[in-house]
Amino acid sequence: MAEPAITRLLAVEAIVTGIQVDDWRAAIRAAGELLVAAGATTDAYTEQMRAAVEQHGPYIVIAPGIALAHARPSHVVLRTALSWAGLATPVEFGHPDNDPVELVVGLAAVDHDGHSAVLARISHLLAERDLLRVLRAASGPEEIRALLAKHDEADR
Amino acid sequence: MKILAVCAMGIGTSVILKINAEQAIQRLGIGADVEVADIGTARGAAASADIVLTSAAIAEEIGDVGIPVLVIDNFVDEDEIRDKLAGEIGI
Repeated sequence: MAEPAITRLLAVEAIVTGIQVDDWRAAIRAAGELLVAAGATTDAYTEQMRAAVEQHGPYIVIAPGIALAHARPSHVVLRTALSWAGLATPVEFGHPDNDPVELVVGLAAVDHDGHSAVLARISHLLAERDLLRVLRAASGPEEIRALLAKHDEADR
Repeated sequence: MKILAVCAMGIGTSVILKINAEQAIQRLGIGADVEVADIGTARGAAASADIVLTSAAIAEEIGDVGIPVLVIDNFVDEDEIRDKLAGEIGI
């Protein structure tokens, strides 16, 4: 399956850096609101992302400092997309090893196949620690998109 | 050998775990398939699998499934997955 380019899925209006949130719920809400702002989901999807963690714990914190907020593909997803919420102050999700979280990536997919292809792409990105360090230091949405575009290009 | 990657919904973090487990398996040079499952289907799927890979939170939720459950902290860290699999298999 071809992996979609990150920059095709991550709109500039779906990126914030240095956002201040009080707790993990607010961090997920921020990632969800960015998906809504990009026209990718409705508020119901944000609620489902939060509910998944309420129900199953902090399993979405898949790597040190990084949470992958998502829910099931459904009609509340309007198009497959990503959001990027960089937190000013890291927050605890309750994960034994990967707390505190400083980046919440929001993921919405319209179907299961789309979901898997995006996840493959995200997985490769999150494994690149040097790139992540640069991304965390980025000054804003435009710079993050530019860095990710370079990464997309290098992967081709 | 069959390895089961489990997360809450079987569509998100477990898919990332599967991608990296497949790479770890390749490097270990063992013949194994990785399948994904959600919490609801993990127990049934474990009946025909050899090892479960999942997060600490989900491991607690699924409990004893009759086969070893390896807790992975960093789902994108191939080395961690490889080391834990190698330790379990004894290679």
